[in-house]
Amino acid sequence: MIITPKLREIKAKDIAEAVAQLCQRANFELDEDVLAALKQAQQSEQSPQGKEILHQLVENARVAEAKSLPLCQDCGSAVIFLEVGQDTHVVGGELNAAVEEGVSQGYTQGYLRKSMVSQPFSERKNTKDNTPPIIHTEIVPGDHIKIICLPKGAGSENMSRLVMLRPGEGREGIIDFVVRAVDEGGANPCPPIIVGLGIGATSEGAMLLAKKALLRPIGRPNQDPEIAELEKELLSRINDLGIGPMGVGGTTTALAVHVEARPTHIASLPVAINFQCHCSRHKEARL
Amino acid sequence: MEAVHITSPFDRKTIKELTAGTPVLLSGTIYTARDAAHRRLVQALKNKEELPFVLKGQTIYYTGPSPARPGRTIGSAGPTTSGRMDIYTPRLLSAGVKAMIGKGSRSMEVRETMQKYKAVYFIATGGAGALLARSIKKATIVAYEDLGPEAIRMLTVDNFPAIVANDIYGNDLFEQGKAKYRKERS
Repeated sequence: MIITPKLREIKAKDIAEAVAQLCQRANFELDEDVLAALKQAQQSEQSPQGKEILHQLVENARVAEAKSLPLCQDCGSAVIFLEVGQDTHVVGGELNAAVEEGVSQGYTQGYLRKSMVSQPFSERKNTKDNTPPIIHTEIVPGDHIKIICLPKGAGSENMSRLVMLRPGEGREGIIDFVVRAVDEGGANPCPPIIVGLGIGATSEGAMLLAKKALLRPIGRPNQDPEIAELEKELLSRINDLGIGPMGVGGTTTALAVHVEARPTHIASLPVAINFQCHCSRHKEARL
Repeated sequence: MEAVHITSPFDRKTIKELTAGTPVLLSGTIYTARDAAHRRLVQALKNKEELPFVLKGQTIYYTGPSPARPGRTIGSAGPTTSGRMDIYTPRLLSAGVKAMIGKGSRSMEVRETMQKYKAVYFIATGGAGALLARSIKKATIVAYEDLGPEAIRMLTVDNFPAIVANDIYGNDLFEQGKAKYRKERS
């Protein structure tokens, strides 16, 4: 007997509409967990100038939301994560085109800055609606589509690093690499930062893990105690660097370190870092 | 530390009084320019063409604001990473620019050129673009409109908050700050 699965229909225009809303909300409303982390840092920061900067960031979030102004003028590349249930059927249009349409609408309607340029090493002409988005799609069980919008600013993105360590370098090798990368990044990625770390898989797999690590609520440790311990040690080592808020010196260089790890090849130890500035923006919707 | 009130464009005396780590409240006229506008300005200097604004004594703010909503002066307008402008900065300083506002540290070459031509570098809080926009009272596009967010805008600012990061004496806020709060591990 052949069972035909019942597919739930989801309209392309609803996807576009959801993406448009997410792009705007992500740029106007700082998530509660980020705001709470900034307020906590305001209490613990030892540098008076660092404290003043943290105060400005908390105040900035209030002004941005009240006036529907972007938290940061760099409204980012539109990074979109899609979780598509295998029992869904997109109707009335094509999935990726709907996401792209949503980004275009959201950035235009919300008076968000359009930062995407075409051919990246010569023409660099602004595409005028912040398209194309960077879309990562995963097929999952179920009959829903989950959309996460992560507008990613370039100041922090430009500090990203990937290294293929020798397996023998192990935990210590990872710590050395990460601490050095944060030290060299200094004030550029807009500290206090959130460090997304992807360990294992392959080169591109590690980088994607590093970006996904940024989606976790701030400071929620990895469920694996050994990885959670690594996160804790890295955070402490990074905050001992003294870089401080916006690099003026201080005890808050990072708000959190999020590590995601996956199995890898016998000969490999890929380690990818994705820096996230304090303006950590992401919003999600489920259709 | 109490913030020092200063006005752009700058005279030599004011520049001499500024030292790294001093908070300032800047008023007056400043010009926005970032990557693409810098490339064009330096090209114009090379070709001995007329520039869209007088550089002498002026302040360049590294920002590409988000679009203004109808009836508003400007969108969000915080600083971008200054290091990307380092390759163009010495030429602009030699042509008379006296101050820059951005975020992040500068190259050794830029720091030395600042000492040579008596210019200062301020940082403003990155990612506080909504808050900083409140200090911008007027914004007019003066050149390179085709660059969109990267067009050169003349801004009138009132008590714009910043911190001196590099002065004409070779001091660097980032080195000073790190030295003070760094905990060395054996």
